[in-house]
Amino acid sequence: MSGPRGGARTAPLPLLLPAVAGLAFLLLPLIALLVRTPWSTLPDQLTSTEVWQALRLSLLCATSATVLSLVVGVPLAWLLARTDFPGRGLVRALVTLPLVLPPVVGGVALLLAFGRNGVVGQWLDAWFGITIPFTTTGVVLAETFVAMPFLVISVEGTLRAADPRYEEAAATLGASRFTAFRRVTLPLIAPGVAAGAVLAWARALGEFGATITFAGNFPGRTQTMPLAVYLALQNDPAAAIALSLVLLAVSIAVLAGLRDRWMTAS
Amino acid sequence: MTRSVRRTRRPRRTPTVAAAAVAALLALSACGSADSDAGGGGAAEKLSGTVTVFAAASLKESFTALGERFEQAHPGTRVTFSFGGSDTLAASITGGAPADVFAAASPKTMKTVTDAGGTDGAPATFARNRLEIATLPGNPHHVSALKDLTAPGLKVVLCDRTVPCGSAARTALDAAGVDLTPVSYEEDVKSALNKVVLKEADAAVVYRTDVRAAGDKVEGVDFPESARAVNDYPIALLKDAPNAAAAKAFIALVRSADGRRTLTGAGFVEP
Repeated sequence: MSGPRGGARTAPLPLLLPAVAGLAFLLLPLIALLVRTPWSTLPDQLTSTEVWQALRLSLLCATSATVLSLVVGVPLAWLLARTDFPGRGLVRALVTLPLVLPPVVGGVALLLAFGRNGVVGQWLDAWFGITIPFTTTGVVLAETFVAMPFLVISVEGTLRAADPRYEEAAATLGASRFTAFRRVTLPLIAPGVAAGAVLAWARALGEFGATITFAGNFPGRTQTMPLAVYLALQNDPAAAIALSLVLLAVSIAVLAGLRDRWMTAS
Repeated sequence: MTRSVRRTRRPRRTPTVAAAAVAALLALSACGSADSDAGGGGAAEKLSGTVTVFAAASLKESFTALGERFEQAHPGTRVTFSFGGSDTLAASITGGAPADVFAAASPKTMKTVTDAGGTDGAPATFARNRLEIATLPGNPHHVSALKDLTAPGLKVVLCDRTVPCGSAARTALDAAGVDLTPVSYEEDVKSALNKVVLKEADAAVVYRTDVRAAGDKVEGVDFPESARAVNDYPIALLKDAPNAAAAKAFIALVRSADGRRTLTGAGFVEP
């Protein structure tokens, strides 16, 4: 990121043209959304308590899902990048499966596993009286299921690019493998972890299919912004556009803020 | 490829059994569509190409069966369906989706298309649907009326009030004077039903046709207030229909005696 003005002048045309086309393709639908936004009724939409309830729940659940993804996803990425075990290629493919699975199918799969009658869920219900569907926990789990692969892939890629000799040096100085991971590897891959976390957070924030299938839709408990937007779309497209705009504005504010603080180091 | 080869091989006006069947079918349905612009020779008109039908999710079973019958009666035609929430379908039609026929689960969603000038002629009501309570097989919680759904610990799902089944359920609950808080407002009737099929919810208020379609995976409970929230299903030919002739014939089949039999067999009520 040194000297953006000088960089633009030297960008070769075969790179510049597709880049601009790509940017335009990504931005045009967003611009169309802005053009069609019913600005006059926007204040009414934004003062509704249901909107703020949904937004608060969205931020809470997406952040929880990201934290959960970090806690189990970073160790999983380390396992995939730094150890050798039979079937590692298969495990890596399985980790990316939620990316391929249509989210609604993911939601059904979660029900079959953690539902009241699910493979694991029936024991949770029988032994602890815990049922996950239709709860905020269910939203967090659905979002984690869909978002974590982004984090794992991103962190694993960074780990593979990082020089393992630093860890080996730490080991020769007497550090245990866990200490080396904590004191050497983690600071080394921090930008990759941050990038993965941002990806996972953004994916979780926009999650719709798995959430509505696994956790249902109840205002204040499981109705996140994407669900509110979808249901508003059924009979009030103007409200749906206004709601999407709120979600976009908040996510852009958060992502831009984080980028400046965390990721300029890379 | 094979289809077009077969079509050219068969002489156009040979009175084969199939052609006779077509004629009989069109004669049967002629009472429903008097505006056939092909005039008296309409029965001999050869239909071809694809008919694209946008239909409410609750019509899936019956319309799929009618589509197969249409293809058999009119060799060389294909009926492709897009089943979904009526509002979503209406939005795609007004947005310019290339469809021939629209069959909606409520007059309100059809109205968004007619208001936008999207239909050719006035829509016709071809079926009605009533609500029923879907419970777990064997009805373990002994649900016999709407008020039983408020029992503590019972997990009930409703459709969101933005979709037809949700507003109908709300009307019925109001008529019964029942104040029910469900665990979830589902985005359409099939996902509400699926929550009971998967045993995640103990009951759902859905359409009778959905209870029928689910077979023995759920048990249906009729309740008197369902008469207060009957849903009309309108069907219409779309103005920009790419295949208007075949589309008209399909609508005629839906509205024919044969079509009605299929629909009532699926749990619909005759209009």
